[in-house]
Amino acid sequence: MSFVEVDEVSRVFHKRSLFSKSQGVQALKNVSLSIQQGETYALVGESGSGKSTLARIVVGVDNASSGQVSIAGHQISTSMPKENRRDIQMVFQSPYASLNPRWRVHDLVAEPLRAFGITQGRKATVQRVTELLEQVGLQADDARKFPHQFSGGQRQRISIARALSSNPKFIVCDEPTSALDVSVQAQVLNLLKDLQSELGLTYLFITHDLAVVKTMAHQIGVLKQGVLIEEQSADDLFASPQHQYTKDLLAAAPVLSVA
Amino acid sequence: MSLLEIEDLSVEFTSRRGVLRALDNVSLTLEAGEFLGMVGESGAGKSMTGNAILGLIDPPGKIVSGDIRLQGESIVKNPERIRGSHISMIFQDPLSSLNPLKTIGAQLIETIELHTPRRGTAARERAAELMTQIGVDADRLSAYPHQFSGGMRQRVVIALAMASEPEIIIADEPTTALDVSVQAQVLDLLREVCSAHGTSVILITHDMGVIGHWTDRVGVMYAGRLIEIGTTNDIIRSPRHPYTQGLIASTPTMDANVDTTLYQIPGNMPPLTAIPDGCAFNPRCPIAEDKCREVIPHLINDVACHLRSET
Amino acid sequence: MIARWLDSDFVYSLLRTPTALISLIICLVLAACALFAPWIAPTDPFDMSSIDLMNGFTPPGVANEFTGEQFFLGSDDQGRDLYSAILYGLRVSLFVGFASVILAMTLGVTLGLLAGYLGGWVDAVIMRIADIQMTFPSILVAMLIYGVARGILPPNARADMAITVLILSIGLSEWVSFARTVRGTTIVEKQKEYITASRLIGLSHLNIMARHILPNVINPILVIGTITLALAIIAEATLSFLGVGAPPTEPSLGTLIRVGQDFLFSGQWWIIFFPAVTLLVLALSFNLLGDWLRDFYNPRLS
Repeated sequence: MSFVEVDEVSRVFHKRSLFSKSQGVQALKNVSLSIQQGETYALVGESGSGKSTLARIVVGVDNASSGQVSIAGHQISTSMPKENRRDIQMVFQSPYASLNPRWRVHDLVAEPLRAFGITQGRKATVQRVTELLEQVGLQADDARKFPHQFSGGQRQRISIARALSSNPKFIVCDEPTSALDVSVQAQVLNLLKDLQSELGLTYLFITHDLAVVKTMAHQIGVLKQGVLIEEQSADDLFASPQHQYTKDLLAAAPVLSVA
Repeated sequence: MSLLEIEDLSVEFTSRRGVLRALDNVSLTLEAGEFLGMVGESGAGKSMTGNAILGLIDPPGKIVSGDIRLQGESIVKNPERIRGSHISMIFQDPLSSLNPLKTIGAQLIETIELHTPRRGTAARERAAELMTQIGVDADRLSAYPHQFSGGMRQRVVIALAMASEPEIIIADEPTTALDVSVQAQVLDLLREVCSAHGTSVILITHDMGVIGHWTDRVGVMYAGRLIEIGTTNDIIRSPRHPYTQGLIASTPTMDANVDTTLYQIPGNMPPLTAIPDGCAFNPRCPIAEDKCREVIPHLINDVACHLRSET
Repeated sequence: MIARWLDSDFVYSLLRTPTALISLIICLVLAACALFAPWIAPTDPFDMSSIDLMNGFTPPGVANEFTGEQFFLGSDDQGRDLYSAILYGLRVSLFVGFASVILAMTLGVTLGLLAGYLGGWVDAVIMRIADIQMTFPSILVAMLIYGVARGILPPNARADMAITVLILSIGLSEWVSFARTVRGTTIVEKQKEYITASRLIGLSHLNIMARHILPNVINPILVIGTITLALAIIAEATLSFLGVGAPPTEPSLGTLIRVGQDFLFSGQWWIIFFPAVTLLVLALSFNLLGDWLRDFYNPRLS
């Protein structure tokens, strides 16, 4: 069995209304995929494809309507035991909304440490936060600052430090660089790659940017309107896309060709 | 004489932390029918340049020096005269340019009657024609903005921008909010419609891919300064400024794979409050010399670099 | 620490907004007067033994024709020093104001957080109650609560409980504006990614509400709190003026105004004039301060 198993997951959202019968919107239809340990699975899709819904189900903050997800042998759901959550973390799209503006960097990074009781005592926590900040290319005294004192790229580093703090095995990256400038994007993507090889992390990388996918992914799935329409290894998908939609996406992507 | 000439334009903001120079001696020209891209990181001054041309710098910001000329005539003093009629704009969020309470037709006809001699039936016919040009059925003139999808709305905004028959359209991140497949359609359409009318476009974006596919020339901005300008082909294939080189090298391409390490420029762009002496890029520059730390390089031979200005 | 605080945007903006600065100073001075009334006031207006009926109706700054005593702001019908009475009245008014705002705030913030965060039927129930309450003028709600409370209490406890009942009725009538704002902000914050980040490490909803969302609703609460304080002070004065508020044994500014209006047409203008001016300045200062706070936290609206 693979490290991450998504098995026949569907998700229906019910629009509740007082006066009309409830209508279901199917955001995901029987999505199955698996991710090997230490690899990056890129999920490509446009807005409304259901990729964020799948991310929320995979990290256990939303439940599937049917089907199941397991990571490292544990069943994933909103009611899963807290200790199983340690292995799963997430890095978000917005460097602004993903950090509570009222919290200092130290508290943001230390929150998972406290939640899982990873470090004992203030001193150990400070030391671990310092290590984490340095690991993502920030400095120890950045811990005292607030998020608004950092640039977008630096905030993404803070998010990554926070995600790493619970020593996860699996990280969902939800468009982690789509709000960043190109030169900063390269820094963050390289950091994620370095961390993957250093710590043996497994990534589910959600994006709409095919050039980013090309540099990050081992395996690629294309999601369209809740259906996984194509799944191939990275090399095969770019060389011979099977589905028309994938071909259209590749054709439309404004990728820089230097040659 | 070029269609639009910007000469030594500087914009400053006075705040309690002192005077911030948001644009520093920016000079560039735009020719008739040209697609000029403006690229740079957020805060580099690309949107500020667009806003300055349109006279949209609000206090505490101020144009402190320099001139902007449209067809040889200065437009710094009375930008209201040209805004909307000679120069139109397209923003990232199409809803900000559309009135939600009026039909698309009403908005188009209003703009046409305001800025062109067409009245009544003639204006109505022109509106229908514009709709056809943007690939939307003329029947939909009676629809409201909310009845369109995001991509369709941005098409309508293009029609609205064209309605006054402007010489220039300034498009500030027009497709950043759209999906990739829709982005290509919208930019192709913009290109097509503008070529047909000989309209020039200043396309402001942070996406090198968009620059590469849809512009003729590119200006690269860094920390409020224009540091390199040239044809798109030259800039992408043989950039000269070390920042431009870094920018191009750090853009992911289709040649990469999982084992590629992307080139990365060390550090971050300085905030306007802490721009270093000399060349603003010098602390991150791999080839900086003493002179770069002391003297601000001016744009010579289209590059603002002490070491790369010789052709 | 102090230097950093003095350098903050908050102090910077305050120093550059004369209305706000003057309002703040007035508020602080009046609050200090109220707090230190027993030490500042020349006489104790509630000590019946110190009051001489012969001193009644002495105009401000003029010696009494019988006793020769002088009063800075004159005296009332009982011969009580009006200046001392105002200082003590300010004490009651401000105490009732602050206490009822704290009650309204606690209630409103808690209900607003629950409604916004939990949504569904909890939200529906809380907000419908708020809507219904909003259709009545708050002074009417306060009077209703006041009346019910008086009905429940035994007669001998009424005088002692008068101030508590007053706080309860004003507090319960002003919670809605807190709840609405907090609910709105909570709904916005709830959807932000940092909430998901906390949920995925298994934090409880209560923990997320208290430690993540609450700190982000503090600014709007401060604004509404300041403006509601002005409203509460006026509401207290109105209730007292109508005779259902602070008892004559513990007169607030409103009570003083009610007493004073009996003599307005017989020429003793000062008995109503000075308490009324004090009330006006107090309420106006808090309102202006609240306006500035709102502009400061929400520059786009100004």
